[in-house]
Amino acid sequence: MAVRDGAAFDVGVDTSAVAPVRRRRVGGLFIASLIWIALVALGAIFADLLPIPSPTDMDMLGKRALPSAEHWLGNDVLGRDVFSRLIYGGRISLTVGLLAPVLGVTIGGALGLLAGYFRGRLETFITGGVDVLLAFPPLVFALAVTAYLGQSIANITLVIGVLGIPAFTRVARAVTLSLSEREFVTAARALGATHSRIILRELLPNVALPLVAFFLLGVAVTIVVEGALSFLGLGVPPPAPSWGSMIGEGRESLDIAPWLAFLPALFMFLTVLAFNVVGDTLRALTDPRPGAL
Amino acid sequence: MARFIGRRLIYLLPVLLAVTLLTFLIASLLPGDLAVTILGDQATPEKVAALRAQMGLDLPLWQRYLLWLWDVLHGDLGRSFRTGETVLAAVSDRLPVSLELMVLAEVTALLIAIPLAILCAVKNGSATDRFLTGLAFGKLSLPPFMVAILLIYLFAVSLNLLPATGWVPLAEDPIANIRSFVLPALTLAIAEWPVLMRVLRSDMIATLQEDYIAMAKAKGLRPSRILLVHALKPSSLTLVTVTGINIGRLIGGTVIVESIFALPGIGRLLVGAIYARDFIILQGAVLFVAVGFVVVNFIVDMLYAVLDPRIRHGRA
Repeated sequence: MAVRDGAAFDVGVDTSAVAPVRRRRVGGLFIASLIWIALVALGAIFADLLPIPSPTDMDMLGKRALPSAEHWLGNDVLGRDVFSRLIYGGRISLTVGLLAPVLGVTIGGALGLLAGYFRGRLETFITGGVDVLLAFPPLVFALAVTAYLGQSIANITLVIGVLGIPAFTRVARAVTLSLSEREFVTAARALGATHSRIILRELLPNVALPLVAFFLLGVAVTIVVEGALSFLGLGVPPPAPSWGSMIGEGRESLDIAPWLAFLPALFMFLTVLAFNVVGDTLRALTDPRPGAL
Repeated sequence: MARFIGRRLIYLLPVLLAVTLLTFLIASLLPGDLAVTILGDQATPEKVAALRAQMGLDLPLWQRYLLWLWDVLHGDLGRSFRTGETVLAAVSDRLPVSLELMVLAEVTALLIAIPLAILCAVKNGSATDRFLTGLAFGKLSLPPFMVAILLIYLFAVSLNLLPATGWVPLAEDPIANIRSFVLPALTLAIAEWPVLMRVLRSDMIATLQEDYIAMAKAKGLRPSRILLVHALKPSSLTLVTVTGINIGRLIGGTVIVESIFALPGIGRLLVGAIYARDFIILQGAVLFVAVGFVVVNFIVDMLYAVLDPRIRHGRA
């Protein structure tokens, strides 16, 4: 079953023989990842205050213009400033990328805790529901639901968030199952602690750390899914700049201006990689399986 | 074995039922009225009312679901209100393309992953091993649509070797058909190999520490024989499951890849239906893909049980 965990959120949940080697060597990469995430986040937060042109203003004379003092990375097919669109695109990627896993980790984490603690019928019911959600190929599910609900940032966040629930449920349940057998839980129970106290005060703090690590991997996956939807023109509606839609638009001029597709692709790759590195490092540190430590 | 299959079959039915229900409910998320969507904004209220009655849209949701399910079970998934094509015809026309793409992609991914995994396992901890596992980890952050862009730029735009879009039927010109599949299949294979390699690598490392491998070495068997005959088969159990589980992601990948490379498969049908707001085709295609996915996972579970007796007896 271990391999199945995170099938929807598959970012390579494989620790076994790799982890110890990587952890010792990860230092520089880990720091670089944090710096990159901080840069993109700062850009996204303060985009309106930065001295950059508007991301949606079109300069019809400057289509695909090369970099200049005014437009640092040149213009796109419609004469819009590429650098500015990259910064604002980070805002969308991070908004969706952070909010959707929050939804997943909250609902999925709660369900997993309850299933792992109370067991019995509740557990059967929850794992059954999770299995049904996993029975849908995630991208097809996301495409279909946004097609019916309508394209908007809120809907996309909601859909990707719901898709993340099964993975978080499974992680939370697996960790809770192993913790429930431990002495401190038995001790709390012997002292007459209520169920809610045991769950909130004893179990939750211990389940939280693995969930946070998994949350970061979830951010990476979410950014990719949002990018894929926007790339197909089925995600964030234009003219809002999204890295995915920028890659999709840049694809049309691969022969004359390949950088229009490669720049947003590079930004997205680095951001996703950074979240994967940070998440994977934390996961290796918090993995409950003894072999991983 | 028969009891095991029976148990899994009993589990399969409710999942399939739930998948049909979920597909139906997704379709009912459509804001507004399907009849209005079909007839357009200019339609008279009488016409809309008539179509609503004809399509059974007046009925309560649960009745509509049961009626729809009844039709689906009889092979009637409705027809497109734009082209008049039935869903079943649309899906069966495009299925061979998607299947060919997925098989080619999976085979290519295995051809990349297996030799690299063996190499890593043999040289466990070496620079080569660290480089390849690092590469596989980095690759996880590069989604198929980015790989597609890179490949198109490299092989279609710069080198002009392969077509970037288009598709030729296999019966018409097999060579051109394969050529049109090279880039799409390679895109998906590049997305798949890291996961496969990581799984096989760690299983293989474990297997190589078994006593019978030391025995085979002591007998003086050739290293290639030990690796390929003695070590590969027992190490490939997880690989089989992961290959099966990956089909979900592969399906998602084909949706994107078929759209990029203009291959007329199920994925393109689905995306095209969304662009054209052809909701009947969309619902049918989603149902087909989801049911197919559940059934494939079921078969993989069976296959896994055949390979590993521990699972049949419920110990693993």
